[in-house]
Amino acid sequence: MAEAHKSPNYMAIFGWLFVLTVIEIGVIYLPVVKLVIAILLISCAVSKASLVAMYFMHLRFERLTLGLIAVTPLLLGALLVFLLVPDSSAVPHRTAETVKPAAVEKH
Amino acid sequence: MSQIAAVHPAIEPAESPLTPESWGKLGMWIFLVGDAMGFATLLSGYGAMRYGSADWPSPYDHLGIALTALMTFLLICSSVTMVKGLEAVRLESKERAVLFLVLTLLGGAAFVGLQAYEWTKLVSEGLKIYGNPWGASLFGTTFFIITGFHGLHVTGGVVYLSCMVAVVVRVRDWQWTYNVVEISGLYWHFVDLVWIMVFTFIYLL
Repeated sequence: MAEAHKSPNYMAIFGWLFVLTVIEIGVIYLPVVKLVIAILLISCAVSKASLVAMYFMHLRFERLTLGLIAVTPLLLGALLVFLLVPDSSAVPHRTAETVKPAAVEKH
Repeated sequence: MSQIAAVHPAIEPAESPLTPESWGKLGMWIFLVGDAMGFATLLSGYGAMRYGSADWPSPYDHLGIALTALMTFLLICSSVTMVKGLEAVRLESKERAVLFLVLTLLGGAAFVGLQAYEWTKLVSEGLKIYGNPWGASLFGTTFFIITGFHGLHVTGGVVYLSCMVAVVVRVRDWQWTYNVVEISGLYWHFVDLVWIMVFTFIYLL
């Protein structure tokens, strides 16, 4: 049945998930630039996701095949994000410089 | 169990170091990565539209962070009770297993209830799937589509877990029962995992 290994301390994992959630909520109120908040939030989210995947979903104690299958959407997802970069620059978004509306051309 | 299932056990000795012992577990994992790609598509599309938008409303000005934090906590607790339920099945303790599985699905049902309450509150404040009074209309569209897609997954999970409760109550072969409950647990943890991502990108960022 289940491989003979010690059951992980699920309550400790729960504790970490709770702490990381509290940190996430605290981070959005930090007086730092949006990019830093984004990096911190994404790090917390990835940590929480890894904890759930490795211990609750048991990946840490599974064969390599399942781990490789589970990691695939991370790679494909990264590819997705890169594919969309050209589209996200289609509209000038708020930056340090003010964006002046383009002059209307006569057709 | 069907005749075929009786002849071919769910747990077979591994043919090689690469094949899993449980085909059902492999099948569920492959389904989950496909589902993950579905959510990844929605979230990256949302990201591209939000980044390319000039007037996207600030989520923490309009969405209830406190309520959503509670919902996140609820789902994390339900993941813990799921894992405890699986442990109870492993130890062949029927009452504890049923208790924890019921707690898990109640957590999921409460999550969906709170989500529905949040939706009605936001709709009454003017957030619609086709527009809102605060900025880009896609804010509402992406919000409802993504949280709705996730909420549907949680609802499906609650139904799935109710079936698992019935399976455990009528247990005959504990090894088979452990396998199917473990597989349902994988789905439930996946739903929690996706919510962690949705909460971060839609509500906090």
